[in-house]
Amino acid sequence: MTPAPLSWYLVLSALLFGIGAMGVLMRRNLIVIFMAIELMLNAVNLTFVTFARSLLTMDGHVIVFFVMAVAAAEAAVGLAIILQLYRLRATVNADEVTTLRW
Amino acid sequence: MSMVLFLVLAALTIGSALVVVLHRSPVYSALGLVATLALVAMLFLGLDALVVGFLQVIVYAGAIVVLFLFVIMLLNLQVEQEAFSAPLLVVSAMGAGVGLAAIVSVALARSSVVAPPLQAGFGDMEPLAERLFTGYLLPFELTSVLLLVAIVGAVVIGKKKLS
Repeated sequence: MTPAPLSWYLVLSALLFGIGAMGVLMRRNLIVIFMAIELMLNAVNLTFVTFARSLLTMDGHVIVFFVMAVAAAEAAVGLAIILQLYRLRATVNADEVTTLRW
Repeated sequence: MSMVLFLVLAALTIGSALVVVLHRSPVYSALGLVATLALVAMLFLGLDALVVGFLQVIVYAGAIVVLFLFVIMLLNLQVEQEAFSAPLLVVSAMGAGVGLAAIVSVALARSSVVAPPLQAGFGDMEPLAERLFTGYLLPFELTSVLLLVAIVGAVVIGKKKLS
């Protein structure tokens, strides 16, 4: 049983990142855009862990730990903003929130 | 992780990630996100990253996605009629996503990233904690400040009435 080569993991993370970027660009719902951002963060985490395995260093895992903490903080504040936006404007559609658009 | 197992997990991961992006109902998107995160956690285990894999399940699938689901239920979001942007933007977004993934995939597939034989203790809690409390002590402490600020910010922003 040959183990899967590490470059396969890297290709998979590139595909995940592409899907996430696609989601951010093509969806209107702010919450779904947020989820797509989480997908991209996860793709990058996969790359970090793969290179950590390749270089046999724990630093990649430490960075993933920090990315998770930042993602949690980002999700909490971002969802609070979306909640408040819904109270004020009764919408979570990114195309309808254009007051600050130049 | 054997090649077959990896390919099965990779196909499931891509499929559930596409559900997140393409499904019209936000609840299904969130469930697709849970599946994606759990599958990525399994891939972490395949890369001998035990602690990170378990953290992924606990923090992401356990906390962040529950937060998403909570907000979706609270806002009572139904299946959307206009889930996607204008067709031109959708087409260009798909082109951009596929192009980005293709370029990075080709570049990474040509790179020679080899897996050296495993050292004892790699991916365990002890070496991770040792790194966190020596070389990365300052960022680690700053993370606690960041989380505190995020908690206070979320509570203040989420209050009923903004003053």
